[in-house]
Amino acid sequence: MILCIAMKPPIELSFWQLAVAMSLILISAAISAALQLGLGRRLLLAAVRATAQLLLIGYVLTWLFVPDRAAFFVLAMMVAMTLIAGVSAVQRNERRYRGIWIDSVISMWATSWLMTAIALFGVVQVQSAAEHPAWYNPQYAIPLLGMVLGNTLNAVALSLDRVSHELVSKRDHVETLLALGATRWEAGRWAVQQAIRVGMLPTVNMMMVAGIVSLPGMMTGQIIAGQDPNQAARYQIMIMFLMAAGTALGTFSVVLLCYRRLFNSDHQFLPNRLWKV
Amino acid sequence: MMLLQAEHIGRHHPDGQDWLLDDVSIGIEAGSRIVMTGPSGGGKTLLLRALAYLDPIDQGMVRYHGKGVRHEVVPRYRSEVIYLHQRAALIEDTVEVALRKPYGLKVHRHRSFDRDRALRLLVSLGREDNFLDKKVAELSGGEIQITALVRALQLDPQVLLLDEPTAALDGPTAAAVERMVSAWLDEDDQRAMIWVSHNETQAGRVGRTAIRMEAGRLCK
Repeated sequence: MILCIAMKPPIELSFWQLAVAMSLILISAAISAALQLGLGRRLLLAAVRATAQLLLIGYVLTWLFVPDRAAFFVLAMMVAMTLIAGVSAVQRNERRYRGIWIDSVISMWATSWLMTAIALFGVVQVQSAAEHPAWYNPQYAIPLLGMVLGNTLNAVALSLDRVSHELVSKRDHVETLLALGATRWEAGRWAVQQAIRVGMLPTVNMMMVAGIVSLPGMMTGQIIAGQDPNQAARYQIMIMFLMAAGTALGTFSVVLLCYRRLFNSDHQFLPNRLWKV
Repeated sequence: MMLLQAEHIGRHHPDGQDWLLDDVSIGIEAGSRIVMTGPSGGGKTLLLRALAYLDPIDQGMVRYHGKGVRHEVVPRYRSEVIYLHQRAALIEDTVEVALRKPYGLKVHRHRSFDRDRALRLLVSLGREDNFLDKKVAELSGGEIQITALVRALQLDPQVLLLDEPTAALDGPTAAAVERMVSAWLDEDDQRAMIWVSHNETQAGRVGRTAIRMEAGRLCK
């Protein structure tokens, strides 16, 4: 016997229902006010931005999901998402160097597109889908890329911040090693290792508790949308492994690119190339 | 024999056109005992760092045994021409771990740590027998300086670039450091050193040649 789960289309949310949820921001505001956290303006901005951005992307995706929408538009959307992620990863970093933007965008781009390609062609195999059998089927391409980007963005931002912080705060140690005959890699390796570790750990920790403490975002979404929870779990598993590989590759790439900017081929450490914003 | 030569080296201020090192030329022959003096900010440290090729130079060239120091030869060069920082940095757990550290580097990997020799050097600087087991975090500024000096000496460099090596030391320990460096030079006449000092009488004791750095220029 096949166990059938009655799948119903989800309850649609009206703007009034949304307003109920949005009013919860008052709790955050009240705590900020009571403890004088000074977060009032930021909270307001964050609330407005999150709402506006999500509503907007809702409309954009609705438009994009019209059957036979040209591949160009899907591609343009993916490029825009990638560029924004690459720039955002840098904006969270208080130390900058010339070329940090390009390093971040390259790392995000290469990593997230590779991971998304593996998911689309290797795992989901969108090219054999019954409806819309094209690689750019936005129902898959956009959310998968978005999930990988979001996670890689966090990892890249964390590891960029860590590698520059470590190298600057232990500058004397780096130079002492160089003065004793260390190669640039021997002098900087420990900082590279630390930074990649820090970037990868949140994803590894998330995998540890997935399904026990939290139902991850993608799975939750699919369940509410009426998907079979088993299928939702499988999608979530796929996404987690994509994220794990994505963070590893993304942090590895960005940290090595940063390392190559801060050490030259004469095995000299160049901390003057970093500045604080 | 000429060991080390700096030819017209210059270095800009990172933000402007001012020269931090202005057309400095210096030759270090085997057996040289050079003492360098000069006002603070005059470029003494920058010159030593440039000689160790730790900083990029905007003009001129550093030669070692007649050959230009660039790219892949730099680590080997720095293992033979060791620059000792004013404030040595040790982040290792104990003194022994700190002294063993360089032997993990590729350039020193063919050699191994000689515990007895290190201990002998430390004892001659007035340290106790158990100094090797001391936690680095508990060392005084002077003890850190001593550890860094022993760490460099045990590697048998050919040239030592000493940046105020006794600034953090008391009188007797400073005298012991002077004797130790002098004995190290006496062991092999192919060795040489530059010693930066603010102390006139020390400058007279440790050096045979005196040079002076002022406003990024070398005044002999």
